[in-house]
Parts: sequence; C-alpha cells; structure tokens
Amino acid sequence: MNFTKQTTAIFYNLKPLPIQQMLDFDFLCERPPSVIAIVHPGKKGVHKAFFGQKEVLIPVYDSLQEATQKHQTAEVLINFASHRSAYPAAKEAMETTSLKTIVIVAEGIPERQTKELIALAKQQHKLIIGPSTVGGIAAGSFRIAGYAGGKIENVIRAKLYRPGSVGLVSKSGGMMNELFNIIARTTDGVKEGVAVGGDLFPGSTLLDHLLRFEKDEKIKLLVALGELGGKQEYDIIKARQEGRSTKPLIMWIPGTCAEIFPWEVQFGHAGAKTGSDEESAKAKNQALKEAGIIVPESFERLEEKIKETFEELKKEGKIIVEEEPMPKEVPLDYAEALKEGKVRKATNITSTISSDLAEEPTYGAIPISKVIEENYSLGNLLALLWFKKKLPNYFIQFLEKCIILAADHGPAVSGAHNAIVAARAGKDVISSLCSGLLTIGPRFGGAIDDACRYFKNVVDNNTLPAAFVEDMKQKGISIPGIGHRIKSIRNPDKRVELLKEFARQNFPATKHLDYALQVEKITAKKAENLILNVDGCMAALFLDALKSSQQFNPEEIKEIIEIGYMNGLFALSRSIGIIGHILDQKRLKEGLYRHPTEDILYLNDKE
Amino acid sequence: MARVKIREFDAKNLILAKLNRIYKGILIDSTTNLEQLSLQYPWILQEKLTVKPDQLFGKRGKLGLVLLNADFQQVKGYLQRHLNKEITIGKATDKLTHFLIEPFIPHEKEYYLSITSERDHDILHFSEEGGINVEENWNKISKIEVPTLQELDLEKINIPEKIKKFIQEVFHLYRRSHFCYLEFNPFTFDQNRNIILIDTVAQIDSCGITMLLPKPFGRKSHPEEEFVAAIDKESGASLKLTVLNPKGRIWNILSGGGASLIYLDAVVNLGKHEEIANYGEYSGNPTTEETYQYTKTILSTMTKEHHPQGKVLLIGGAIANFTDVEKTFIGIIKALQEYQDPLRKGNVSIFVRRGGPNYEKGLRLMEQTGKELQIPIAVHGPETPMTKIVEKILGVSS
Repeated sequence: MNFTKQTTAIFYNLKPLPIQQMLDFDFLCERPPSVIAIVHPGKKGVHKAFFGQKEVLIPVYDSLQEATQKHQTAEVLINFASHRSAYPAAKEAMETTSLKTIVIVAEGIPERQTKELIALAKQQHKLIIGPSTVGGIAAGSFRIAGYAGGKIENVIRAKLYRPGSVGLVSKSGGMMNELFNIIARTTDGVKEGVAVGGDLFPGSTLLDHLLRFEKDEKIKLLVALGELGGKQEYDIIKARQEGRSTKPLIMWIPGTCAEIFPWEVQFGHAGAKTGSDEESAKAKNQALKEAGIIVPESFERLEEKIKETFEELKKEGKIIVEEEPMPKEVPLDYAEALKEGKVRKATNITSTISSDLAEEPTYGAIPISKVIEENYSLGNLLALLWFKKKLPNYFIQFLEKCIILAADHGPAVSGAHNAIVAARAGKDVISSLCSGLLTIGPRFGGAIDDACRYFKNVVDNNTLPAAFVEDMKQKGISIPGIGHRIKSIRNPDKRVELLKEFARQNFPATKHLDYALQVEKITAKKAENLILNVDGCMAALFLDALKSSQQFNPEEIKEIIEIGYMNGLFALSRSIGIIGHILDQKRLKEGLYRHPTEDILYLNDKE
Repeated sequence: MARVKIREFDAKNLILAKLNRIYKGILIDSTTNLEQLSLQYPWILQEKLTVKPDQLFGKRGKLGLVLLNADFQQVKGYLQRHLNKEITIGKATDKLTHFLIEPFIPHEKEYYLSITSERDHDILHFSEEGGINVEENWNKISKIEVPTLQELDLEKINIPEKIKKFIQEVFHLYRRSHFCYLEFNPFTFDQNRNIILIDTVAQIDSCGITMLLPKPFGRKSHPEEEFVAAIDKESGASLKLTVLNPKGRIWNILSGGGASLIYLDAVVNLGKHEEIANYGEYSGNPTTEETYQYTKTILSTMTKEHHPQGKVLLIGGAIANFTDVEKTFIGIIKALQEYQDPLRKGNVSIFVRRGGPNYEKGLRLMEQTGKELQIPIAVHGPETPMTKIVEKILGVSS
C-alpha cells in the first residue's frame, strides 16, 4: 500500500475537526479532497467541510457497506470509532475488497480483538495502522487520520506539504510530530511518517513500515523510534540480517528510565511496561547497535545522527535536494482566527443583563448559584435583570405587590378569555398564553402604563390637579387610573387602601400618589365611582419609587416610562393568571369553544 | 489495552468459576479476623492447609514463604510471624499484606501448563514434570503454537484424556476472558481424581477486569495516585501518576506516552535519577478541568515537604498533534494560582517546554502567570529541543 496524491478515504464516525484537517492538508498539497465519504451509524445525508475557501459536501452513510459500494475507489478507512465500536467496524472493513488500509485511532481496544484483526489482515492482505494512533502523514500526498502533524502551521513548519527523503516510524504519535520537526531541521524532510500506536501488539509494526519504506524509492533514510516493552524491535534486527531492510536506519528506544523503578511500572502507552530484560530499552538499544543500526548514545544525540547520515547520503549523491516549492496558503478558520485574535468583526447583538460565557450563567455579574444561595426574591430578580441595580427594600416589595395584585382578574377579561378560547381550540400552553397576552394594549391592561405617563408629565410640569382634570375633560379623554366599575369613595377599593397604607409607611416620599389623590378629590365630586383605581395607584407609586430610590436620574426615569416597564410588569404578572386559566381548561378537558349564536347580532344585508 | 497482573486468589476464583467448580481458598489480609474464620470456612479446622503470600511475586517456595501440610494453629502462627513483615525481593522492599490459605493436597505428580499470548498466536507449554524444577526439565516440555484464528488441537498429543479436556477448557476461557498470560505450576490430581491448581500466575487485559487491582510488590500506595486513577477512568483522555519518591526534588507533569519517557530518560541519563519524584503523564486532549484536578493533585503532594534546594516542576511535552496546549495549560495555571503560596514558600521553580495546537497562547499565559504569581516559570516552545530544560534544571550542559 502506497499513499499518493490519488489516495482517498472513507471516514468512520463523523468528527468534523480531523476531517477538516485532512482536507486542509489536501488543499495545501494541491490535491483533490481525500475524504470522499463518511460513515456515521444513524445518520444519512451530507457533511459540509471547507476545501480552501470553498465548501464541499461529503456524503454521509449510515453503513460501511453502502459507503464502500458507492465509493469503490476509496482504499483507506479512517476508523475514528470509540474503543467499543472500532473492532466491529474494522472487522467489517476487512471483508470489503476495496479498502486496503484500516487506520484505527481508538485507544483501549482489547488485545484479543487486535490479535484477531491482525490475523484477518494477514489473510486479506490489508494494512492496519493503530490502534491507539494519531495516524501519520505521507508528505505532499495524504494525511492519515487528520490529527497527525497538528495544526496547519506545524505541517508547514515541518514541510510536510512536499515529500523529502526520510521514512519515519514511531510508536508514539507526539514523538512522531516532534521528529517531523527535527527531521525538517536536519534533512530535506519526511517522505512518510507513521505512528504505529502505543499498544503491545500494534496492527502494523515498526518493521512493517520500514519494509514498506524499503520499497519506496524516494525514501533514502530511515528513522524509527521504538519503546520499552514488547519485542517487535528484534524483528527489525532479523530483517536487517536477512537483507530485507537495507537503507540506513537510525533508531532509538526510549524508556531507559524504567530501571530506576524498583517495581513494575506501567507507563503512558499500554505497551510501555517493564517486563523481561530483553524488553528493556537498554537491551533493545544495545541489540540494535550490535546489529549495525545507527543508535545514538541518547535521544538528545538522535538529531545529530540524522543530520550526519543525511549529509553523508547527500555527499555520496544518493540524495539530491530538490528546489523548495512555496506552500499554498490555507485560509484560516474563522472561529480559530477569532480565538487567536487575528480577525475582528463588529457584533450584531449587544446584551447587558446576563451572560452564558462563564462556567455558570450569570444574571448581571452574579452567578445564578449565588442568586439561589442568597435567597433572591422575585422582586430582587427584577431589580437585577430589569433595572440592573440593587433597589431598596420598599421598591422590591412594591414590585412584588404589583405582581400579586395584577396576576388575575377572572376568566371574563379579554386576556384570560382569549387564552381560554385558544386552549379549548386545542392549542398548546405557549400558543394559548400568547393569544391572551396579545390582547394587552391600550384598552386592556395598558392603563398602568398610560397613567404613569400622564402623572409623570403633570407632576414634572407642576400642573395643578384641577387644571389637569379640566384639560383632560376638554380633550375628551378619561383619565387613566381613575374610575372603578363598582367601588366608590364610600365603598373604597381595599387593594388601593392597602397599597396606599404600604407606601405611607415605607416610601420616603409619595409626591405622585399625593397628586393622584388630589385628582381623585376633584373627579369623585363629579361622580362617586371616579376614584383612584388600582392601576392608577400602582402607576403613581411606581413613579414615587423610581424617584425616591435616588437610583435613577431624570433621563433614566423618562426612558423607563417611555419603554413601558409597567406594561412589562403587567404582562409578567398577568401571565401567571393566564397560564392558570389555560392549565385549568386543559385539566377540565373542555372542548372547542363556540360562541352562542343568540349572543351575536346578525345583521346581514337582505338579498 | 494494558496487561495487568492479578492475585492468585482472583485468578483461581475466575478460572474455577468458569469451569463450574468451587474454589476453596481464603484471601487473608490485616483486616481478617482469624478467630472467626472457621465459622465461615469450617474446613480449615478439619483439613491440612497450605499458606503463602499472594502479592504478585514468584519464587515463594525458594524464599521460604510457603507453609505446607499445616493445621490451622500452625497457619495462625505463620501469619503472626509474616503479616505486615517487611521483606526485600530484588530491588523492591514491601510489607507482606496478603496471604492465601488453601487445603493442602498431598500429591506425587506435578504437571506444568502455561499459555502466553504472542502477536500472531497463543503458545501453550505443557509438561508432565512440572513443579519447582520445571526450568531444569525444560527439554521435556511440549510446545504448541495456536494461531489466533485457529482452535487448539490436542489430537496428536499423547496425554491423559482428563488432562486434555482440562487444557482445552482452560485454553477456551483464556481466550474468552481476555487472559494474556496464565501459568499453572504445578497442577495435579487429588484423591478423587479432580484436577487441582496448586500455584497459579495470571495476567489479564485490563478490559476484562472486574476485581480491585493489587499494586505491584514494592510500590508504595499513595492516595494521590488513586485520585488520578479515578479521573483517568472517567476521562476520554489519559492521565497517569506514579509517585516514586515523595521527597524527590523533580516533579513531572509530562504530556504524551512517548515524550514522558524521553524526559525521565534525560534526567536518568544525567545521573540524577534519585531526584525524580514521580512519573506523571497526560495525553489525549484532556479537558481544562481534568488538567486542573491533575495538577492540583501533584502540587498538593509536592508542596507537603520542602527541599533545601527548592523543588522543580517540569511541565514537558513534545509537539502535540491534537492536545490543545492553551486549554490544558489553563487548567494547570488555575492549579498554580491556587497553590501559589505553598509554591513560593517551597521555593519551587517551574520549567515548561511544549508545542502543538495553540501553544503560543498557552506559553504566553504561562509566562504571565509566572510574573503575576512571582514564581519563576521558564517557558520554552518547539524551537527549543525537548530535553534542554532538563539540562537547565540540573545545571548541566551537554
């Protein structure tokens, strides 16, 4: 199996990042996209990915069978399944004729399963790379599994976009990437690099790849990094002795530190473990050296050994360094560039009341858990999210009283009625609630807001109450907040009394309330029921609360009134009642409401 | 997955249960109430017994640690003498904490069976002359290689039918239950011609593990290691901690299975192995929270005691393929901030070398942290050879 610019792959398990990184590599190397199909059990359709600045669609199948049938040219399966499902997927791939190489990324596949896959691969003449690997890179041709070589900047720094003369194989993926850089510094670069994975029995061994590199004429120099544990390095010695591997080979076995542990240690890789003496790094390095392989004194000397060997091959004319091409520029991913501070963009939305960017969502700057811990009441919450201030206690209590007072007015008012009709038409809670809320406006529920505007205006302008009443009369507008259906001066509204009582005891000043009461004095003389109603009282007291809290400047108060905070408060409060009615109707299983015809005056034109 | 050794007691339990047989054996540790033992296992008062340590080391007979053909009184005497006694085997010194009591089986013939797992096959070794001198009689051993996809065929082997059947069964369960190594030396027959396992050694793939894993003989237990093992188990990434010498000067947070070896090798290579405090490795792109918890564990351990020269924290790695350096470093930095006082008091200096995704940002954050916390943090990127910082720490140059 050779990885070329024509090699294409099926990607198992839809992982956007490594797929994108394979395509970015393809774009950099000026080859067509290498991932031509994706298998993701339970999903069908297409996956969008970038190829340069343009987007391409990669078909997604929910079975490997379908993907291989439709994409016979794909020779590589990049198996990104978890350690639980990687084995069945790999086994299925073994049975196909088109797939020749199976890359298994997952770590933690049982040894018994890997052994079975190894045996099957031998029968079916497939190449396994992994398990427990990041894959590898065929420089300028094919990126095996997407993560190998890291981000595109590193791929460019290590000159992996064009082939060099070195064949690299390593147990460790991280060290492969480190060696990509070392080799780029000291030679004309890597032709191909593969990480075989840290398991004791990798699907393909260091030797398997060295033998592949032996057949690749472009590769003149071999570098291999083994590891303590296992015996696969001894197979390399055998192959050297038998003349199956002849190219200059520089090798190092990390893990000489193991001898300082007085007990058996399991290092990071599953296969990296102290065991018998022959499996130790020291013994393996020694044996490799005796077999004529170039083994430095330590890893630190590996770089100079590579350089020396490369220079010799160059001098002997065995390596001719080619002219350096300019790598193509791969566009930065927007999210990435943003994260790195390389681009900026004006935002479309501003939010100043809450955030979900921190570990925990915040109301203002306060984490929600703190809101709970400190027992914020509903009024405190309004202060935080609506007013963005810490409001005095009487203000908070006043807001809460308003919410309680305005929560419901029975089923007959337009908001509740509409909601009931909608609920009985079989609409869901939210639709029914909206249908009720939509009635709130100038005639229903809007009185508080209107009263706020009028009372603010007259108090600000020092209009005398009598002049105000006269003016409204002239204009033919009834004063918002004045008048009650039943109650009168002699039969006062208890709610208003309670609110007034509360304000007198707790508010520092009640200038607007006093004004409203003076208006009431005048209007009540005209008709008994023209008294300050609960809407008017709330409005006047809201103005008093805003002003006396000394938290808002006149501009802010003006804005609050113009925006219609009291309408918001009313909608919030009344939603409680409306939802109650909706739930009530649903509980009662009431059928579709049809208005009785006798209640409708039909006035149709006669024929 | 990784191979792990399991106790003889667990191995026999596992194997005999799969063979539908009852295992008569008792695992003793310091919590066992010996006076009450016969209530649960009346046979210990009726039969002759054997007792031996069960702590993953071999050559127990040669070490004089096996008591044979004893009554329970003698076993108690043996346990009184040996339980919690410290012994040294090779380089490892540790306490004897676990013992195995089994019925003593008088026998003459000792058989040997082992199964090992190689890349392309399983290898079976069998001998009718097993026991303590099996190695001297190695020429009498039959060796059978069973390729991975083939079944064991004992047709042509000339051994008693009963043993054949037993080996077949054991071989099956060896494969099915994810064993990687199994040795019975010896096994024998009792008076009723039942096969009895006398000594058993087993290694199992960690995917097949359900029991609590024993620690290797000589390795001291550290709660920090268990804490990290618990994070590791839950995580999709890999986080490993082995404490070697809690008084050591050089503490390690290394990334990558391969790179972590390179760093420790470098310290050992410069002759400073006695200064290494731990082997600490993370890889596979752990979350910020995971690296935070991991680093915290190491910092809390390393700042418990001061070192006259001041301790060193080595945060080293190769050039990562996909581990996000910035993200993992933010976790490390959070832990450094939390432990800034003990770190300053302990005169700890920190050396960093790392490359990979977002390394520039990660390194910059690390540098800033050093300035803010007034802790010396030397920061190096991929342009610095990996182990250069080890030379700096040890004050040598190659």
